[in-house]
Order: sequence, then structure tokens, then C-alpha cells
Amino acid sequence: MFELPSGAEIQSIIATLNANIGFFIPEIYLSLLFMLLIVIDLVAKGRKNNLLSISTLIGLAGSIFFIYQQHHLPAGEIFFGMYVLDEFALFFKYFFVLAGMLAVVITMADEQFESEVKSMGEYYALIIAMVIGMIMMASSADLMMIFLSMELVSFSAFILTGYFKRNPRSSEAALKYLVYGAVSSGLMVYGFSLIYGLTAQTNLISISSEFSIHGYDPLLMILATLLILAGFGYKIGAVPFHFWAPDVYEGAPTPITAYLSVASKAAGFALLMRFFYIAVPHGGPVYEDILGINWVSLLILLSVASMIYGNVVALWQKNVKRLLAYSSIAHAGYILLGIIVMDAFGTQATLFYLLSYFLMNFGAFYVVILIANKTGSENLEDYRGLGKQMPLAGAALTVFLISLVGLPPTIGFIGKLMIFSALLAKGSIYLWLALIGIMTSVISLYYYMLIPLNMYLRESPGSEEKSMNPGLIANIIMAVMMFLTIYFGLFFQPLSDFAKYSSPMFGLKLN
Amino acid sequence: MLSLIVFLPILAGLVILAVPSSQKQIIRIVSLLAALAQGVLAVLIWRAYDPSLPGITASPGGSPLGSFQFVEKLPWISLKLGGFGSLNIEYFLGVDGISVTMVILTALISAIGVLSSWTIQKQVKGYFILYNLLASAMMGCFVALDFFLFYVFWELMLLPMYFLIGIWGGPNREYAAIKFFLYTLFGSVFMLLVMIGLYFSVIDPVTGNHTFSLVAMANQANYIKSAILGPDNVMWRFIAFAVLFVGFAIKVPMFPFHTWLPDAHVEAPTPISVILAGVLLKLGTYGMMRINFPLFPEVFHASMYVIGIFGAINIIYGAFCALAQQDLKKMVAYSSISHMGYVLLGLAAGNSEGMVGALYQMFNHGTITAMLFLLVGVIYDRAHTRQIDKFGGLSSYMPVYAAIVTVAWFASLGLPGLSGFISEAFVFVGAFSSVTTRYIAMVSVLGIVFGAAYLLWSLQRMFLGKRKPDAAYDLEVGADGHEHIHFHDWKGKIDLDARELTMLVPLVVITIFLGIYPMPILGMITTSVNRLVEVLTPLAIR
Repeated sequence: MFELPSGAEIQSIIATLNANIGFFIPEIYLSLLFMLLIVIDLVAKGRKNNLLSISTLIGLAGSIFFIYQQHHLPAGEIFFGMYVLDEFALFFKYFFVLAGMLAVVITMADEQFESEVKSMGEYYALIIAMVIGMIMMASSADLMMIFLSMELVSFSAFILTGYFKRNPRSSEAALKYLVYGAVSSGLMVYGFSLIYGLTAQTNLISISSEFSIHGYDPLLMILATLLILAGFGYKIGAVPFHFWAPDVYEGAPTPITAYLSVASKAAGFALLMRFFYIAVPHGGPVYEDILGINWVSLLILLSVASMIYGNVVALWQKNVKRLLAYSSIAHAGYILLGIIVMDAFGTQATLFYLLSYFLMNFGAFYVVILIANKTGSENLEDYRGLGKQMPLAGAALTVFLISLVGLPPTIGFIGKLMIFSALLAKGSIYLWLALIGIMTSVISLYYYMLIPLNMYLRESPGSEEKSMNPGLIANIIMAVMMFLTIYFGLFFQPLSDFAKYSSPMFGLKLN
Repeated sequence: MLSLIVFLPILAGLVILAVPSSQKQIIRIVSLLAALAQGVLAVLIWRAYDPSLPGITASPGGSPLGSFQFVEKLPWISLKLGGFGSLNIEYFLGVDGISVTMVILTALISAIGVLSSWTIQKQVKGYFILYNLLASAMMGCFVALDFFLFYVFWELMLLPMYFLIGIWGGPNREYAAIKFFLYTLFGSVFMLLVMIGLYFSVIDPVTGNHTFSLVAMANQANYIKSAILGPDNVMWRFIAFAVLFVGFAIKVPMFPFHTWLPDAHVEAPTPISVILAGVLLKLGTYGMMRINFPLFPEVFHASMYVIGIFGAINIIYGAFCALAQQDLKKMVAYSSISHMGYVLLGLAAGNSEGMVGALYQMFNHGTITAMLFLLVGVIYDRAHTRQIDKFGGLSSYMPVYAAIVTVAWFASLGLPGLSGFISEAFVFVGAFSSVTTRYIAMVSVLGIVFGAAYLLWSLQRMFLGKRKPDAAYDLEVGADGHEHIHFHDWKGKIDLDARELTMLVPLVVITIFLGIYPMPILGMITTSVNRLVEVLTPLAIR
């Protein structure tokens, strides 16, 4: 069946690969770092120090340099349309590397690792693997590449979730994550195969042009998008593909929870935007939708369900990590609002919201870890009286939560403002979505405020007024994140300009 | 100057942050100094204010910035938005006749609140940091002329208030604090949508960009005709008006959105009740005068009678509720609702007399209710109860206290010669002379009668007559052969001490002085109110 390529063809393939390798340097660098970490672990085995974490941190910081170099390269497809380099991908490269660094920093602060695990070797290497996978997710321009990169992220995430081997909750979380992951990947691949059947193409841009030339069967199309949404929806944790989230978030090591809730979600959004914006047609006279349903209406459904379900169910949570899990489902709904409007402003708002979510969610999880270090608990009840015992942690957590609610003067408020502005800039058609977003954020105030309520309004059950200091470095990190949350809430211009700079996607012109 | 008066308390809060929490006295003194400095600045603003300039919005032929005073205008944020031009937010402060009296009131009440907070013993450092944050946010609301800036200050008030009620409040404080927070947030988040809608509908006449400037928004000529809140979109404009009105009405609080207020007042510590009644409630009606009405004048004109009816309900319903209360503080809280009804009624009249009365009533209610809550706090500190029937015959044992209570109570019921009378009279003159509100005003007059009833009745039960058998205090015969009152575990002076007098006497003086000679306030506000009425009156009627 297959013809073997001739020598000349092989020559040209190799030439292309060689020419394109320059566009791939951060990924290569990170892969080398991954291997280096395993070697370091082997060499330095048994020594109890921060060698691994520090080298991970330095290594990741180094990759920022290589990513920065890529700004000079022209946007375009590489490796025969498998991979793409554009401003949009660069944004997420920074995003994932920074998130990885923060995850490492948080891990260093988490004392649970000392009691639960003997060796941290694979842990840091897997974080790097996850960063590489996410970077590739954000840069994939081909169905094959999308699937491969998603699986790379998923497999690393499964292992990391179950990293506390002797902890049954952690193992349970990993298993749940794996089962849900396998099912949703399967559905997604089936959706991909339908798309391939319709177009005989795997490259997103080719798929799009194929659709615009030959049209498509609307029923098959809606089925395919639905199946593919199962895969993406699982990654972003949107209702109804969210069932894994609360258990995984509660059971996983907290740094991994933080990383998954921010970076994995962002990677899912990057993929979702690139796939739907570029490959799948929407609206317009050429494309007849079945009963007016297209992928935008599916996303609207997902968004509304996530906002309502996430915020309402969070009201009954007694565990802070679980509460934040439901809040992250709700935030997936808010971020989807920015994608639904489908214009450059919406993309900018989405990217900005991801940045704000990065800061406030990591901040909240960081404080949760510091508190758990001292009290050994993540239950809401055990937060009683903490405001007095850990004043800075209490203040910082309150700021992060206020930001998650979306109150000024925090970055979360600006994120919501941008999203709602993007909706209202379209006139009144999406006003009802903005209304749901607004009403659910009022609901969210109640459960977010349960944490400050316990910290400040209630007295700790023990009568002793001991103060618990999380340590100088932790205090500095916390204070910096708190400061940034407020600072960017008042002077958000640089972040917003960066989000605007990053909104162009290769192969797409949004007005 | 305005920046200074807004941010002084926050600066004081930062200083306090550096003071160790054991140095309670230093913390209090720093806060007091900041409040006094604010007061000095307020006096300077009062002296330098030119009452002949109207403000409100640009007058025909005048500067597009309007004739605001002490203006500070700096570009704050200028964003390029994908496919949508740019987002421009300005740091824009200024005062006109509507806000200048509120600035003075805020400075006054803030200072009195600091004095009243002297007795707070629990977590003094945290308390004063939050208090100063609240003071800054309140002041910021009154001087902000950019909607975005206003909104930031408006929301900034919520969190400190939540904690101030929630940590330092009474036994049921958790419930009261979250109820306050949810109610007010519910009102303000919808305001956010209107704010965004207005932004897309208004063009700054100077720069040609979209703008958040309230001055530009108050001029109907700056609206894009077909925009979402432009003059063509009658329905959306109506909805936006209603949404804003509910948002502000929750703060006032207007029936049926008032239920958070009695809870918040009963649980809040005395200084916070003073701030709440003295300043925070005014923000609701101030927001109506600054934002809600001038931005949608034609909707305002169409709904005047509805606002008037709600005002009348507030007046009468509040008075009835007050009549039924056993708890003195709850009675004062409901009287507050009743008195804010006069403000609504005056606004609904839509003419100069009514609006002047409303604005003057806002100032007077601020001073009088602050006094009432301070007086409730005085007796609660001593007796640890506020039940009216646990007292009796107090006037013979606490004569100074009784005298000030009498002044405050009579000011509240609108006795001629005290400031409350003049503002209520103006409100009624305005409401009677407006065709829309004439009959509403007739019904509302009943409120004065019921107001007199609950105030006089409580005065009689607490201060006249003899000690009741189950009273909250004992009587002892002293060495001089006279009977003396004795509160359990109260070590201080039985009658008012120096600190309490320092808080109360200025308010008493203001109440009496403004009752006899109201011109210092009226003179400042009339030009602006006249201009506001002009803006609110549709061209057809003008």
C-alpha cells in the first residue's frame, strides 16, 4: 500500500526538519532538562537537600530565555504543519513555565512531602514533562499532535496525582483521574476520526479550508464537536465533564492540585480556542447548523452549566481544597464566556482572565498549604481563629479570595470586567450570559467568605493564643503575590497589553 | 487636596501596620490625627469652595469638564482593546454642591467615629486599619467623578465593613455581616453591567473616545444614539435606570431592601453604627443624585411618583417598625429608615425645594443619627442592655446625658429650631408643590406623627418616672443623702465623661446652629441643586 519515500524525498524531509529545528529550541531544552533531572537524582540519591528542586527552578527559569528568543521568529507552521509558532503559543509557553516554577516553589514549602514520600526524583522530572506537554498542547496545529501532547500531560498528571503512594486518597484520586481521562480521550479521538473522515485532513488549517470548499453534514459535525468537547471539557474541568475534579483536587498533593487547576486548565483552553477558532466553521450563510446548534451554542451550554453548578455546589463544601475545586469549575465557566464572543477582544479578555486566575488561584493554594503545614488540616472548621495566629497568611488568603469573587481593587475584578465588557461590546445578545455570570459571582461570595469567616470571626477551639509563623521565605512569597494581586488590580495595563499582543493565532484573523 | 483627604486614612493605616499591636494608644492617636487632618482639610475645602459654580455636568457654552472645583484629573489606564479601540479610565476627582457637604459630613463623622472607637479593646490594630480603609473608601466615593473609580471605592467599602461588623460586633454578628455583604454586593454587581453599558454608549467630547467620566455621562448630548444605552434604546435605558436604582436603594436602605439594616445596626459596635448611619446610607441617595438620575433624566421623570411612593412607605413603615421595638438601637435603626424616606420623597419631588431639602436632610440625618447611635452606645456601655423597659427615671441620675438625649430626640422628630425641622420642611414644601408627589406628601406627613410617638414614648419610658423593679441598675443612697445610680461592673463616670462629651457636644452645636441658621449649608448647595433640577427636567417641560 504505502510507497517508500525515495532518497530525494527523505533528503527534503530531513532538510525541512533541520530548518525547523530552530523554532523548537525551548521544547528541546526542556526535554534535556527532564533527562538531566533524572541523572541528578541518580547521582545525588539519598542526600536530603534541595538540589533537585533548585535545579528544576533554575532550569525552568533558563527556558524563559529561550522562549524570549522566539519573539524574533516569524509566526508560522513548522514540521509539516504539525506544530505552530505564534504569539498565542508564546503566551502559553511563558504561562506554563511560570506555573511550573510556582509549583516547584509551592512543593518546597509543603511539608507533607517529607512525611509521605522518600524520593522526589521523578516528581520534578514529571513536572517538567507536564510543562513540555502543555507547551506542545498550546502549539499543536494537527489532530495527531493534539492527541499526543494531551496524553503526555495526562500521563504525567496521573502519576503526580498519585504521588503519595501510601495515602489512599491520593491513590483513589489518581485512579479516578485515569479512568475519566481514558474515557474522555477515547471520545475525543472518535471525534477526531469523524473530522478526518469528513475532510481527509489532520492539519487544522487544511481542515478549515476543506470545510469551506466542500461543506459538511451538520449532524455529523455536531456529533464530532460534541465528542471532541468531551476531551477538551475534561481538561478545562467544565460541567458535565467535571466529575473527576473535586476528588482529584482533594486527593492530589496540593502543589499538583494548584498546578492542575491553573496550568492544565489553561492548556485545555489554549487547545480549545485554537481548535474551534481555526478548524471548525461557525455561523455564516455557507454553514447550515442543525436547529441552529453549533459549537458556540454547545460552549454556551457548558459555560452556563459550569458557572451555576460550580458556584452552587461549592456552598456545601467543608474542605477548603474541595471548595476551591468547585470554584475552579465555576471559573472554567467564566473563562468560556470570553471564548464564546469570538473576537479579538474576547481572546484578550480570556488570556487576561487566565493570568488573573493564575495569580489568585496559586496564591490561595499556597496559603492553604502553609496553613495545612501548621494545622495538619484542610477542613474549614480547623481554620477557626487562624487570622490571629497567622496574620499575614490570613490577610493574603482573604485578598486572593476577594479576587476570586471579583471585587475591586484586585486583579480578579479586572478579569471579570474584561470578560463582561467583551460580552457587552457585542450589544445585548450576550447580556443574559453576563447576567448569569454576575449573579453566580454573588453566590460565590458566600462560600469564599466562609474561609475569612472562620479565620477571623470565630475563635479557635484551643484557648492558647499561639502564633504560627510559616517562615521568612514563605512570608515574602505570600506578600509578593498578595501585592501583585492588588497592584495589577489597579494598574493592569502591562498585563492587558501583553494579552492583546498575544491574541493573534496563526491562520486566523479575528476582527 | 482631594487626593490627600481621600488617602490620608489609608496612609494612617499603613503607619499603623508598622506599629506593634501592643501599642494601642499610639494606634488610636495615629488614627485620630489622620481624622483630624481630614477635618482640617474639610474646613479648608469649605472655606475655599465657591458656591456660585454649579458643577453636575457641562453647562451650555461652558467647559466640557463642567464647573467642578478642586479638580484632579490624571490618565490612569489607557488600554488598547482588541478590535474595539481603547479603554480609558481616569483618576478624576472633584466636588460640587452635591458632594461638598457630604465631604464635610464624612470628615466630621469619621473623626467622631475614631473617638467613639477609643473603647474598643479587642484587636485594636486590625480594627483601626480596617476603619481607616473604610474612611478612605467613603471619602473616595463622594469625590470620584469617574464611574470606574467610584465603583472601586464603592466596593472597597464592603470588605472592611464586613469585618468591622463581623469581628467586633454583637452575638449574632456572623449573620449580620454576611447579610450586609451579600445584600450590598447584589446591588452593586448589576451596577457593574450598567457601568460597562454606559461606557460603550458615551463619547468624551474632548478626546472622542469612550469614557467613564460621570461629567460626560450626565450630558445627554454625549451619548451615541444607537448604542446599547443610547437615547434610542428606550427599554434598555429604563432597565439600566431600575438596576442602578435598586443598587443604590439597597444602600439607602429603601423598603423592601431594608432588612439588612436593623441586623447590621444591632450587631455593629457603636462607632460602626455611627459610620453606617452617618455616612454609608447617604451614599445611596448621593449615588442617585450623582449617577442614577442625571444619567437617565427622562426615566427619572417618568418614575418620580414610584420613587415618591417608596419614600412614603419608608417614612411610615419605618416609623411603625420603630414604634414596635423593645431594643433602643433597633428603634433608632428603624427611625433611620424612616428618615431616609424623607430624602427619597424630596428627590421624587424633582424640584429645587425638594432636592435642597433632600440634600440638607442627608446632612442633618448624618449628624442627628450619629448622635442617636452614640447616645445608645453610652447607655449600652454602662448597662450592657438596650431594652427600653429596663430603664426608667434616668433623667434625675444622669442629667447631662438626659439633656443631650432630649436635644437629639427632638432634633430627630423635627422640632422647629433644630436642623431636622428645616430639611423636613423643605422636603414637604417641595413635595406639595410638585403635582406628582402632592398626595404622597399628604400621606407622608403621618410619618411625623408616628415619629413623634415612638421618640417621645421611648424618652418617657427611659428618662421619666421611677426606676423599674427589673431595671438594669441599682440605686444607692450616697453619703450626701441623695440617691445615686449604680451600674453593675461599670467603673467609669455615671454621667457623660469628657470623651463622650467631646463627641456629642459638636454634634449638638451643629444641630442647633443649623436649625437656627441653615445658610452655611444651603448656600453651598443651592446652585448645584438648581442645575441638577435643570438637567433632570426634560426639554419639553423646561
